[in-house]
Amino acid sequence: MATVDSILETAALGKSFGGLHAVKNVDLCLARGEIRAIIGPNGAGKTTLVNMISGRISPTSGRVRFNDRDITALRAWDRVVQGIVYTFQVTSIFKNLTCYENVALAAQRRLMGSAIDRLVLNERQIADRVQAALLEVGLSATGDQRADTLPYGHQRLLEVAMALALSPELLILDEPMQGLAPEEISTFCDLLRTLSREVTVLLIEHNMSVVLELAEMVTVMDNGEIIAEGSPAEIERHREVQKAYLGK
Amino acid sequence: MSRRSAGKVFALHLGILALLFVAQFVLPAYHHTNLARIMVLATYAVGYNVLLGYTGLMSLGHSMFFAAGMYGAGLPIYYLQFGAFQAFCMGVLLSLVLSTAFGLIALRTSGVSFLIVTMMFAQACYLAILYFNKVTMGDQGFILSKSLESVALGSFEFAFSDPAVKYNVALLVFAGCFLLSAVLAGSPTGRVLIAVRENEERTGLLGYNTFKYKLLSLVISGGISGAAGASYALLFSYVGASFASILYSIYPLLWTLLGGTGTTIGPMIGTGFMFYLVDFASGLTSSYLLVVGAVLVMLILWFPQGIMGSIRARWLPWLP
Amino acid sequence: MSFGPHLFLALLEGTVTAFVLALIALGLSLVFGVMRIVNIAHGEFFMLGAVLAWFCSTLVGGGPLMGFIVALVMGPLIVGGIAVAADGLILRRIRYQPESTIVATIGLLYIIQQLVLTFYGPDARPVDPPVYFRVVFPWFGYSGYKLVVACLSGLLLVGTWLAMSKTKLGLYMRATQQDQEMAQAFGVPVRRVYATVFALGAMLAAVAGVLVVPIQQAHYLMGLDPLLLSFIVVIIGGLGSLKGTMVAAFVVGISDGVVSVFFSPTLAKIVATLLVATVLVLKPGGLFGEEGS
Repeated sequence: MATVDSILETAALGKSFGGLHAVKNVDLCLARGEIRAIIGPNGAGKTTLVNMISGRISPTSGRVRFNDRDITALRAWDRVVQGIVYTFQVTSIFKNLTCYENVALAAQRRLMGSAIDRLVLNERQIADRVQAALLEVGLSATGDQRADTLPYGHQRLLEVAMALALSPELLILDEPMQGLAPEEISTFCDLLRTLSREVTVLLIEHNMSVVLELAEMVTVMDNGEIIAEGSPAEIERHREVQKAYLGK
Repeated sequence: MSRRSAGKVFALHLGILALLFVAQFVLPAYHHTNLARIMVLATYAVGYNVLLGYTGLMSLGHSMFFAAGMYGAGLPIYYLQFGAFQAFCMGVLLSLVLSTAFGLIALRTSGVSFLIVTMMFAQACYLAILYFNKVTMGDQGFILSKSLESVALGSFEFAFSDPAVKYNVALLVFAGCFLLSAVLAGSPTGRVLIAVRENEERTGLLGYNTFKYKLLSLVISGGISGAAGASYALLFSYVGASFASILYSIYPLLWTLLGGTGTTIGPMIGTGFMFYLVDFASGLTSSYLLVVGAVLVMLILWFPQGIMGSIRARWLPWLP
Repeated sequence: MSFGPHLFLALLEGTVTAFVLALIALGLSLVFGVMRIVNIAHGEFFMLGAVLAWFCSTLVGGGPLMGFIVALVMGPLIVGGIAVAADGLILRRIRYQPESTIVATIGLLYIIQQLVLTFYGPDARPVDPPVYFRVVFPWFGYSGYKLVVACLSGLLLVGTWLAMSKTKLGLYMRATQQDQEMAQAFGVPVRRVYATVFALGAMLAAVAGVLVVPIQQAHYLMGLDPLLLSFIVVIIGGLGSLKGTMVAAFVVGISDGVVSVFFSPTLAKIVATLLVATVLVLKPGGLFGEEGS
């Protein structure tokens, strides 16, 4: 791994719930700026793995390193400040607040870096950040709308806007394409491609055509372990993967 | 919040305070003292609303903070001949300490468990006041007016028995806490508190330490409630355990719900309304608490947003 | 009396308290487990049971035993009816939302309490025990009725457990508790189950009231203490865990009894609250609760 500029590394990461081993001994290494997809059948441990990276749950074994820093003990909110941003599988936004307020909360966090920043924080700075984020996802006109009045696909985009306002280094998306119409999917893919110029993207995805088109590297999980890793083309041909997915 | 609506909000709040100031010159004596009392109790409701309305945490134990303020101010005056201002500070300090200590333990739970824990701790405080009756005289309560000296400012002397002094001190305390709550609601911190109320997990995953924010909210809420309790002791001279009972935890819930949770003006309106309703009802029957119960049920069935909440929803969306 | 026998007396008192508390807390816990709501008026159902028992004892001729039996039947039935009415008129309309239910049940608390005050008055009135005998220990005599209370409560607890695990209603209740939507999809009449469970919880509290009133007097404010104690029990045991409720009821009941006898009842309540604080610091979900709930 010495030659690759890795932004995230996990070492022997594992999670057990009582007798159930959801994730066993996972060594994952993400290169800076890549788009990585994690695929695998249901129950493979993908979401659990990603939850351990984002800090929502703590591992029973192993360590997580981010930007050469051991973050295993850091709570979820501290990891966000470090640059790891996670968006939920089921859209989780502030339904009763306006789109502006939704993104403003994220923008505000990024601007509140230090105590001094907090004192000089002003609404203008926040507004600029919010507009920039909304523009990038194509939702600039929705500022004053209540978030729950947006169609589902746009709510997904709003979540990405919130993530962007936090200036993430690593963006983790849990099944982002689920529930989107085909045109929305291709817009989303274009967005992710543009973003990946600055941000490392890690996504869990079931939609194979999206994975093949978008991902630079694919990690395949089954039964809590990584069974294969490689480019999309390699993975397509891989025997173990075919066995896991197709039962051959 | 755009600059235009911020101006409107500011004007509205100052307007209300101005109205209250002017009212003392036109009101007959009965309503004069009533309004002074209402303002102190409304301060309590404002404090409660910071936690319930803005942060979304329901507590049934706020009477312990109110009582902390009351006894924190009352006991030093009675035993140590403290001056009014020092006593007030002691009261607020005690309630701040209590809310911090309590928050560190109780905020490990949430939702229903949190509610139950607040209720239990408040009851324990109430019982403790009665248990140490020799010191606190909680059973009968005690009167401060003999021990409380008037405050001298320059060449003026303000006696707390003077109705004008009562009114204006109450107004001053209320104004301070009222404006504090308005500033908080519009601030970045206030925004985070609202976010915690709306979707706590999401807020955490946006990088906010939600425990810290909930604790901050609880401490501010407790402090304002303590300020109300301390003012009550100073202005109305009576310190008794009944103010630590569960009824005094239910009152601010009632007032805030009636006025509209999550609005700055709601608590005041709710307190005033309920005060006069109870006043009216106790003239009719000794079981006036029945009215309290009935109003609570009706509120929740048909009017859950309260007065100001409904006004905000229907006509004036810029209300904080 | 030396320490040993004194402790024995305290343990006896504590055990009786524990059994009664278990009944009351079970009602609260069942309602929370199945309906996911907290009934703040729960203590008032207990009080109603006691007050109705008093009415029965004065209106029914034939001696205290007759009055007791009538009360044991009528009390829970009447209280159950009130509970069903409250469920239909109020709780169902607010769709069992947790916060709204709390406010509504607080309102209910005051309505019930004040109505009792109006019709029953502010005094505490005694009720004769249905059976009177003393169990004579070498060191002291103990009220036989209290032991009867403990036995009856124990029987009721076992009976409830059997009903939960063996009957169709019990099955419905457990299904609704696990997954309400799924249960509804499988044809479980969730609305009726809710009304029944709420009534059941109220009836358990009412029975406890009927049982207890010959020991304590009937007073319109007597519902508050049991309410708080049962809250302590469900928090320590873990909200939603019936096993936890039972265990905690015994822990709290016995310690309450012991501290009350050796020190004072007031101190006992304070100690119980500190107990909760300790549990919360160490295990926020309660002893048997779900992790991090």
